[in-house]
Amino acid sequence: MTLRFDKLGVVIAVIVAYAAFFASFATFRANRIVPGQARPILEALPPTLGMLLLTIVIVCGIVALLKTPLILRLAASVAALVALTILIGVAGGFLTPAGNTFARIAPASGFWLLIFAFTLLLADVLTRLNLSPWSRVGVLVLAALAIAALLVSGSWDSLSILKEYASRADSFWAEASKHVTLALGSLAGAMIVGIPLGILCHRVEKLRAAVLNVLNIIQTIPSIALFGLLIAPLGWVSVHVPGAAAIGVRGIGTAPAFVALFLYSLLPVVANTVVGLAGVPRAANDAARGMGMTDRQRLFDVEFPLAFPVILTGIRIVLVQNIGLATIAALIGGGGFGVFVFQGVGQTAMDLVLLGALPTVALAFAAAIILDAVIEMTATMRRVGTA
Amino acid sequence: MIEIEGITKRYDETTVVDNVSMVIEPRTIATIVGTSGSGKTTLLRMINRLVEPTSGVIKLDGADNRSLPGYQLRRSIGYAIQGHGLFPHRTVAQNIATVPLLLGWDRDRIKARVDELMTLYQLDPQAYGPRYPHELSGGQQQRVGVARALAAEPNVLLMDEPFGALDPIIRTKAQEDLLAIQKRFGTTIILVTHDMEEAVHLGDKIAVMDAGKLVQYAKPAEILARPASGFVETLVGASERPFRLLSLGHVRDAVEPGGAEGEAIPGDATQRDALAELLWSGRPALPVKGADGRLIGRVTVEGLVKRAARPQ
Repeated sequence: MTLRFDKLGVVIAVIVAYAAFFASFATFRANRIVPGQARPILEALPPTLGMLLLTIVIVCGIVALLKTPLILRLAASVAALVALTILIGVAGGFLTPAGNTFARIAPASGFWLLIFAFTLLLADVLTRLNLSPWSRVGVLVLAALAIAALLVSGSWDSLSILKEYASRADSFWAEASKHVTLALGSLAGAMIVGIPLGILCHRVEKLRAAVLNVLNIIQTIPSIALFGLLIAPLGWVSVHVPGAAAIGVRGIGTAPAFVALFLYSLLPVVANTVVGLAGVPRAANDAARGMGMTDRQRLFDVEFPLAFPVILTGIRIVLVQNIGLATIAALIGGGGFGVFVFQGVGQTAMDLVLLGALPTVALAFAAAIILDAVIEMTATMRRVGTA
Repeated sequence: MIEIEGITKRYDETTVVDNVSMVIEPRTIATIVGTSGSGKTTLLRMINRLVEPTSGVIKLDGADNRSLPGYQLRRSIGYAIQGHGLFPHRTVAQNIATVPLLLGWDRDRIKARVDELMTLYQLDPQAYGPRYPHELSGGQQQRVGVARALAAEPNVLLMDEPFGALDPIIRTKAQEDLLAIQKRFGTTIILVTHDMEEAVHLGDKIAVMDAGKLVQYAKPAEILARPASGFVETLVGASERPFRLLSLGHVRDAVEPGGAEGEAIPGDATQRDALAELLWSGRPALPVKGADGRLIGRVTVEGLVKRAARPQ
């Protein structure tokens, strides 16, 4: 029997070998801001569990390395990820001296590399399985439920990032809702303004270049500069327009963050609307007119449904971009997960930075998966056909 | 009846259609033929006002076509184009139902009409109705395109190179289908083509256009026999002329008394087919059978050759 290697598996195996034997699994710190001491797997866990984890990781690494059946690769990646996520919590409890509330245990580079390697394996398996859109959303929900279960069960409570969370539980959810409101609200605004603007640009050719150029220029302004540029006009509006201050329009805070995100969102929405409408087959458009559809009927019955998947792609770009960009809003008092990131940077407390960064990444990731599934469904609906 | 009176279309300085007048009799097929850029498509699109003329009047059954809003006018006129223009996001049945739906027909009436047309076009409504256009072959798509144009029972059907994208075998079938359907519904058809063969085969009358002007408007035999200009003669194709002339006549009109050896040719085949068969088989005569299968006489090479000569 000849052994054959999987191309991606080689990369995964190299990462796994390095992370398991040379990198540290967890970091121990006497308090939240001092530099930490690295602990490899065998020192971070009780001996039997340490050996168990090493064995699981190595076996799963070998499964990844060789050309193995997809179902085995799927089992290996899930087993490794489950073992890692449960045992990092165990390491937290094991390394914390009894009764010590200042000590902080954080996952270290080895842990993150192992998570990365096996997530890569899982993603590769899921891609090769060619899952339907609904199944992909299903996998996402399962993963979310598993993480939620770990959080609720308290098995991660001894980890540093959850200790940061514990001392900020109230403000965490307030900032989370602000973050989501900012990202979704600016997206909604961009859709309400951008889609009609895109339709207008499609119909009036002279307008197209001008509008798209202006939006392109806005897109190139750095976000901090845009916040700065907005302070003066919004401050003026707040003072001079009756009622503006009452609904929260100010030079700093949520208003400029919202306006900036909205402006950044316009280009993808408008551009994709224009491209989508331009992609409608000429013959279909001509036939629609020739059969006596009014301009309105043609727009809503023919052009818009055909352009919809492309417009949705623009909305996906905007949503993922906005979830990330909303982090910056904290700089001007706009709130959101960025609050923890910037506080953490200020206090050199990396755990606090992670408390802001990890939910942001998770949200963006989930939004991308869900919208990709929706895009595929709208595009296949006309092929498979339910009507 | 369609009366086109002094129609002109100018874009800035360019005259695309130049003072064209012609009358299309009801229940006939008029083909408009010309090179690309001759203005034939523009002329067609002015009839249902997809293009508004610069000057002139078009009357449908005596009424000016500007007496209704454009979109309402177009709902009463069938429209089929090259590449079919089916809506890719709608099923075959939904595509055919487009105009009846715009006109507000009730569900039962729409369904009955869609089923009728699909059956007429040899597409099983159960099997093909729920499919999407991209799941059909090119010939089927084209048939659905014409069925859609006929859905609201229009008196007039405009066709812009409807068979241009089809391969020769399917095109011949589509042309026969169109003739059969025209006979059945008595629709007045105006068909634009650049293919003289198609124009001669389908048209009760042929309009030849060149550089925006109507050069000749006459019956096919007249066009072949007495081309109005050098351009028409070129379009007809000097080497093809006698054969096109023969293709206009049926074998039963060329029957001579007497008998001949071999398999009989049906009386409703074209004289061109008969001559081809005679030449290819090397025989001097073919027996001819009528619609009921009985022999009614024979055709001879000599007789057909005489008919292929320029009419005096």
